[in-house]
Amino acid sequence: MGSGAAINTHIMNRSGNPWRWLIILPPLLFLLIFFLVPFLYTLKISFADAVIRIPPFTDIFTRTADHHLRLTLSLDSYRRLFTDHLYALAYLFSLRLALCSTLICLALGYPIAYAIARARRSTQNILLLVIILPFWTSFLLRVYALEAIIANGGLLNTVLLKLGLISHPLIIMYTNVAMYIGIVYSYLPFMVLPLFATLEKLDPALIEAAADLGSPPWRVFLDVTLPLSMPGIVAGSMLVFIPAVGEFVIPSLLGAPGNLMIGRVLWDEFFSNHDWPTASVVAIAFLVLLVGPIAIYQHMSGRHAEA
Amino acid sequence: MSGGNSAFRVTALCVGIAVLYLPILVLIGYSFNASPLVNVWGGFSTVWYAQLLRHQNLLDSALLSLEIAFTASSAAVVLGTLAAISLVRFSRFPGRFLLTGMVTAPLVMPEVITGITQLLLFVSLLQTFSWPHRGFLTIVLAHVTFCIAYVTVTVRSRLQSADRSLEEAAMDLGAGPTRAFLEITLPLILPAILASWLLSFTLSLDDLVISSFVAGPATNTLPMLIYSKVRLGISPEINALASIIIAIVGSCVIAAGWLMRRAEQRHELEMREAERANAPPAVPAGGGRPSLAVRSPS
Repeated sequence: MGSGAAINTHIMNRSGNPWRWLIILPPLLFLLIFFLVPFLYTLKISFADAVIRIPPFTDIFTRTADHHLRLTLSLDSYRRLFTDHLYALAYLFSLRLALCSTLICLALGYPIAYAIARARRSTQNILLLVIILPFWTSFLLRVYALEAIIANGGLLNTVLLKLGLISHPLIIMYTNVAMYIGIVYSYLPFMVLPLFATLEKLDPALIEAAADLGSPPWRVFLDVTLPLSMPGIVAGSMLVFIPAVGEFVIPSLLGAPGNLMIGRVLWDEFFSNHDWPTASVVAIAFLVLLVGPIAIYQHMSGRHAEA
Repeated sequence: MSGGNSAFRVTALCVGIAVLYLPILVLIGYSFNASPLVNVWGGFSTVWYAQLLRHQNLLDSALLSLEIAFTASSAAVVLGTLAAISLVRFSRFPGRFLLTGMVTAPLVMPEVITGITQLLLFVSLLQTFSWPHRGFLTIVLAHVTFCIAYVTVTVRSRLQSADRSLEEAAMDLGAGPTRAFLEITLPLILPAILASWLLSFTLSLDDLVISSFVAGPATNTLPMLIYSKVRLGISPEINALASIIIAIVGSCVIAAGWLMRRAEQRHELEMREAERANAPPAVPAGGGRPSLAVRSPS
C-alpha cells in the first residue's frame, strides 16, 4: 500500500493545505479566548487598585485631557502579598496539607493498585469500574457524605460510643483531620489508576527472577517493584497534589471556619472582601509558584521520554 | 506468591473499596431516616423525597444544570475532538505547542484560579462590548473550556491507537481523506467520543467553584444550591436529593460501561476472525509482547 498512502499523508501534513485550519482553528481560538486571554486580564487587574464600584477595581488605562492613553500601574496588591503574612502562611499550610494527603493516598493506594494489577483479567475490569465509579458521582456530594460519618453525632462516633471505646465523641469535623480525611477519600482513585497502569505493565518474571535468586519479598519489593513503578507514583502524586493544594470544597465544608487553605482564602478575598486586585495577585503568585515549576518539570520529563 | 501475600492483597482491596463506598451508602441510608438528626434512627420513611418535589427553586436549578451540562458537553465534544485530530494528525502547524498546553493545563489548574480568571474576562468583556451578561451563557463557556481538556485527552489516546492502515487502504481505493476519516476512523473513535461526552456531562453537572465565579447574582445551578444548604450542616432533603443523583449517575455509568465493553468485545472478535482468515497462523499478529510468553499463570 506504500506510495498512495504516503502521498496522502504528505498532502495532509503539507503546511500549505488550507483545509486543515478548519479543524485546528475552532478549538485553538476558543481556548485562546476563554483560557489564555483570561490570564492576561488577571495580570492586568493585578496592577489595579481596589475601589468600591462595579466592577470593583480601577482601570489601569485612562485617557488624559489631551487624548493620550495613560498607564497607571499600582503595586499595592503585590506589596500586600509580601507584607501581609496571611498569604505566605496560607501557601505553606496548603502545601503541607496537600503533601501529607498525597503521601497518605500513596500509602493507601499502592496496595490497592497492586492487588488489582495481580488480579485475574476478568476481575480486573470489574475492580477498575468499582474504583472509578465514585469519581463519576458528584464530588460535592461525596464530600458532603463524609459529614454524616465524621460529624460529632455521626456514624463513627455513634458506633465508637456504643462499643464503649470512647467516652466522649471525637471532634473530627471542622478540624485539619477532617480535611485530610476529605482529600484522601476524594482523591484516592486518582492515585490508584496511574499506579495500576504502571504496575500492570510490570513483568512478573522480573519479580520471580529476583525471588529465585534468593531475595526476601521485602527486598524484591524495594529493589524491583518500587523503582519500576516510579512513573506511576509520580503521575498519581501529581494528580492528587496539584488539585489538593487549590482545593476549595473540602476546606470550606469540612475544615475549620477561617482555615488557611489557599483556595478558600482566595474565595473569601473575592466574595467577602471584594478585593479583586489582591485575589488576582494571589492567583498569579499561585500559578508562578506551583503550576509553573510542575509544567516545566513535565515538559522536561516528556523530552526525556521522547529521547 | 505466598498465601500471606494474597491475603494482604484481598484485605487492601476490601478496605479500599469499603472506604470509597461507605460514605455514599451511609448517605443513602440516612435519606430514608424519618428523623432529621443523623444520630437518631426514626424509622424508614420517604418523607424527604416527597418534600423535594415541593421545592420549586430546587427543580428549577436542577433543570438549569441539566441544560448547561447538555449544551456544554455537546460543544466540548465537537471542539475537543477537533483538537485531538489536530494534535494527532497534523504533526507541525503554527500554534501546536500552544494548543497542546491549553488542552492539558485545565486538567491540573486549580478550579478557583480558572474561575477567577474567567470571571475577570467576562467582566472586562461586558465593560467593553456590553456582552456577555453573566448567567447561562458564561457558565456554558466556562464549562466548555475545562471539558475540552478531558475530551481531547480521551479521544487523542484512542486516535493514536487507531490503526491508520485501514484509512490508508480506503484512500488507496479512491476515497478522499475526509470520507476515509468519516467512514473508517470516526466509527473507531466513537466509543471514546461518547465516553468523553458522558464524562463532560457529569463534570459540568457537578461543578460548583467555576460556576459560582462566572454565574452572576441571578443564576443558581444545582451544585450552588446544594452548597448553600450543606454549608450549614447536614440537611435530610439534600440526603434524598444526593441519593437520587448518585443512583441516576451510577446506573448510567454502569450501563454505558457495560455497553462499551460489549461493543469492544464484539470488535475484538471480528478483528480476530479477520486475522485468522487472512494471516498465516504461524506469524503472530503485530509486534506482540515478548513478556506475554513468560508470564506465569497467577
